[in-house]
Amino acid sequence: MTEIFGGYLPMILKGMVVTVEVALLSLILSLALGILAASARLYGGPIAKAIAGTYTTVIRGIPDLVLMMLIFFGGQVLVNKVGDKFGWGYIDIDPFIAGILTIGFIFGAYMGETFRGAIMAVSKGEIEAGHAYGMTSFQVFTHITFPGMIRHAIPGFFNNWLVLVKTTALVSVIGLEDMVFNAKVAGDTLRQPFTFYVLVGVLFLLITAISDLAMKWLERRYKIGGH
Amino acid sequence: MDFSIIFDNLPLLFKGLGLTLQLLIISLIAGFVISIPLSIMAASKTKWARIPAKSFIYVFRGTPLLIQIFIIYYGLSQFEWLRESLLWGFFKEAYWCAILAFALNTAAYTAEIFRGAIVQTPKGEIEAAVAYGMSRWDQYRHVILPSALRRSIPMYGNEVIFMLHATVLAGVITLVDLFGAAKILNSRYYAPFESFISAGLFYLVITFTIVFIFKLIEGHFLKHLKR
Repeated sequence: MTEIFGGYLPMILKGMVVTVEVALLSLILSLALGILAASARLYGGPIAKAIAGTYTTVIRGIPDLVLMMLIFFGGQVLVNKVGDKFGWGYIDIDPFIAGILTIGFIFGAYMGETFRGAIMAVSKGEIEAGHAYGMTSFQVFTHITFPGMIRHAIPGFFNNWLVLVKTTALVSVIGLEDMVFNAKVAGDTLRQPFTFYVLVGVLFLLITAISDLAMKWLERRYKIGGH
Repeated sequence: MDFSIIFDNLPLLFKGLGLTLQLLIISLIAGFVISIPLSIMAASKTKWARIPAKSFIYVFRGTPLLIQIFIIYYGLSQFEWLRESLLWGFFKEAYWCAILAFALNTAAYTAEIFRGAIVQTPKGEIEAAVAYGMSRWDQYRHVILPSALRRSIPMYGNEVIFMLHATVLAGVITLVDLFGAAKILNSRYYAPFESFISAGLFYLVITFTIVFIFKLIEGHFLKHLKR
């Protein structure tokens, strides 16, 4: 089995683990930022609204790779400027961290818009009913708005996730050994770049297919009777 | 931060901007031309037309554009018969490989947008066309496509912005587009903030311009759908 792909299959699969790790960790960061951004835009004061609005607009207006380079190389300069003052010596920014920060930061903006739309889709009547029952605003959010919005957020959330997974391919550009990076190494060594890039493409399709199944399951789970 | 580097190198950045716009426009036109028959096939009730079109769309939407561009630019060199054929004049150029990858990619996304719009064409419109005695061809030409394309304009606007952001991948395969120019400035002066923030601003301005243009187009073509 390992002889196909010239013995490089384990290396590609190891890269796939890195890809999935980057994707999942960025997803967690993006969810946190997305909830923050959506809450700021919906419930925040004028300053919070302005900051969140600028964040979502600017991030969605700039290519992901430009932001990644900015965080990776810019972060390097920044950390070492601070390091010089404290005499830390030269510090390398880890492409793993830079990749997760950038992708999480970018998709936080998209998640924010998804959540904002989903929260606005929860019917006013349900929220008013909660208040009429004497619930506090916090209780209304945790018992009514939040569970209600999940259903509306699922399609947008999965769409963001699928785009996010594909975006992780960019971390290979800043030198992280994900499956794209490893495919390049293996392909160049064996002079079979086509074989290995196609293999990685198929593995991406596999992640997409599994995600689709997960989405169908979640949609069924959060569906309410009669809808 | 020293933005005088940027002012001294504005010609390089503007040249990069020129290439970015050129790549964007050529790929969008080519992608649009491919997407029309593709979307009709994908919306078709005939299996042999639908399955190839849907597979094409699935594969190109399900894998990262970076992989697609790598397969075309680096991958195809694996085949000796191709390297010895006339086609090699085309495939050895990063410029044409980038355009081919962008065009096929946007064709898939655009076809999916159009397919959705075609499928959702109001039944009455099609019945009216049939009642007029139109052939299948005339129905598409005079009724279904004009109606579906108009309704696709907002979604297509998003796709154009995604494509603009996707053109940075040209900078990854050695071309000097806007992103490539920023990369050169960064490595020449070790100035990540100046280089990538300036490039980011350029992209932001183009993004806003595209949004503005699409607002105008929507105002013109979707007047009848506004309430």
